[in-house]
Amino acid sequence: MIIRTRLAAGACALLALLAAGVAFPAGAVADEVSATAPKVDLVLDVSGSMRARDIDGQSRMAAAKQAFNEVLDATPEEVRLGIRTLGANYPGDDRRTGCKDTAQLYPVGPLDRTEAKAAVATLSPTGWTPIGPALLKAAEDLDGGEGSKRIVLISDGEDTCAPLDPCEVAREIAAKGIGLTIDTLGLVPNTKLRQQLSCIAEATGGTFTSVEHTEELTDKVNQLVDRAADPVVTPVATDGADRCEKAPALKSGLYTDREEFGQQRWYRVDVRPGQELRASVSVAADRAVNPSYGVLVRAVTVKGREIVRGEAAGTGRTDVVSAGLRYPKAEADDDEDAPAETVCLQVTHSFSAGAGVKTAPGLPLELTVDVVDGPSPARDVASFGLGRGWWLLGALILAGFLAGLVWGWLSRWRVAVWRTN
Amino acid sequence: MRMTRVLGAALLTLGLAAAPAAADSSPSPGASGDADAPTRAGTSFRTATEIEQGQTATANASTGDYLYWSFPADTGQRPTVEATVKLPAEHAAETWQIDVYDGLRRRQACRFGAQTRTAAAGAAQVELACALRTVRGWSEPWDGDPLPGTYYVRLTAVDVPTSALGQPVSAEVRVGSQDAGGAAAVDGSLAQPLVPGAGVTRDDEEESGEEALLASLEPDDGWASGWWSDRWVWTGLGGVLAALAGIGGYALTRGAGRPPRVPPSA
Repeated sequence: MIIRTRLAAGACALLALLAAGVAFPAGAVADEVSATAPKVDLVLDVSGSMRARDIDGQSRMAAAKQAFNEVLDATPEEVRLGIRTLGANYPGDDRRTGCKDTAQLYPVGPLDRTEAKAAVATLSPTGWTPIGPALLKAAEDLDGGEGSKRIVLISDGEDTCAPLDPCEVAREIAAKGIGLTIDTLGLVPNTKLRQQLSCIAEATGGTFTSVEHTEELTDKVNQLVDRAADPVVTPVATDGADRCEKAPALKSGLYTDREEFGQQRWYRVDVRPGQELRASVSVAADRAVNPSYGVLVRAVTVKGREIVRGEAAGTGRTDVVSAGLRYPKAEADDDEDAPAETVCLQVTHSFSAGAGVKTAPGLPLELTVDVVDGPSPARDVASFGLGRGWWLLGALILAGFLAGLVWGWLSRWRVAVWRTN
Repeated sequence: MRMTRVLGAALLTLGLAAAPAAADSSPSPGASGDADAPTRAGTSFRTATEIEQGQTATANASTGDYLYWSFPADTGQRPTVEATVKLPAEHAAETWQIDVYDGLRRRQACRFGAQTRTAAAGAAQVELACALRTVRGWSEPWDGDPLPGTYYVRLTAVDVPTSALGQPVSAEVRVGSQDAGGAAAVDGSLAQPLVPGAGVTRDDEEESGEEALLASLEPDDGWASGWWSDRWVWTGLGGVLAALAGIGGYALTRGAGRPPRVPPSA
């Protein structure tokens, strides 16, 4: 019976898609937009435990459905939204099958609200909670395009498919360099779930929220979808070398890289005389790290002399530690087209991994490089050599008065000399 | 008669000279009202929500989130960042903190203010503040002085039990500033303010208004060029007063004009 309804729904969806295709032949225009369109994949836990009736007197599933309906109504036009389920289809006891149970309910693409809502309505709590595999598949759903990518995971129980740790899965997804953020929402106030979901969120720079009411769920998912729609600068992946000679040459821009524990990363930037180099580096703690850490960025000449450094250190809970430096290169006196100087940037961090935490892949590193025109010159200690204050006024008045006295005395003396002659 | 006129002029100029000194302590006028103040926060330096000075930005978030805002600060200002976090009805003791970073993402020290504060279990809210150093027009590259440009505010719970993670909180952030006046004026100026992304060349034709930028806000009347300070007034008035004093001194020793016995034809 269930299978038949699903088949019917599938046929309907196909028809609707075809109709949409006929109705909007301007696919070429859409293509241009969709390359940079933000993509969001909502991943919903449809495991058996979603039957529990503890959210505003209704079942977790009903709350999620209600929230999804409202979110689908409020989704901004430009967002490409998809829905993926986990544990929706296999009701049996076989762990291996249950842990593969994740399916795409609605593909990531231009949103047809009615169709998406119809798809959500078919869901009923069924199986296991394979969070890790679902995240992997969701990352595949979002592949391609240059816009921001976001997975919103809504779950009511921790992953039941060990040994694949969803936290490590999240870190690996982030390490692929596709600029993906995972936000997690927990439907149950339970310590283990909290730990797991906040670990997943932190691994990708996302947020974790514990939800106890339908309204909170709706608001939060809406907020996250809106956030995805905000235009953000997408960083360019680069690969720093272990010494300056082999380092990649960077121009002004925003870059990401990965830096393992105890590793050095080198980059090169060309700075012409009269330009100023500005670089800032943030190293993110995407896993459990020990509570003392630091970052050092040095600007070094090709010969190895340090020009300037930026350093920062900290303790306690943190998402990133960051430092920056600037290097104004003086104007060349004689030569108009003096050659550019190659400045090597060395980045090291002193994070250390907590006990039992994997050290690969490296920590995410974000690097901004700006080479701006015009060095920033110093002229005088005071502003244009000007002064201020009552002492200055007093000194000027005294000097003026004394000068007047002398001048008056001089002219009187001259008159006297003239009169005697 | 003449003496009183001179004295009057001197008093007047003294009064004028005192005016800039008095103006130093007045806070800079707030930016626009809170009607269009942002109601969200970013979650990283890259996505920080931009606010203007004088605005009160709000955001709904969860305990454990890292919330980022950015604001522009110009030469001679002493920005103060204030944040209020409204906590849920039931919670364990948790410590909140604001950190301020400059446009190069260097952490900036607070002169005073409760930068870190622990909310006791069940406390309704926690208030944080950070008063930054004076923003200078220029500093040595080896120096960490605040420079004109974009500043980032990060608000987060730095010490929080797992049981409190994910709880809904609402945060409020205000940035105000005082004008330090010419007393803080230094010579030299940055070629361009420390705004992230300043060196990236953009194709203006291709991009529309929805262009993604790391930072786009400027102070109300644009970035200061750095040449004006009240030192011009002080020094100018000093010159005038010196000239007056010179005339006074001259009159004293020279005597009253030509001696009466000297014939006018001489």
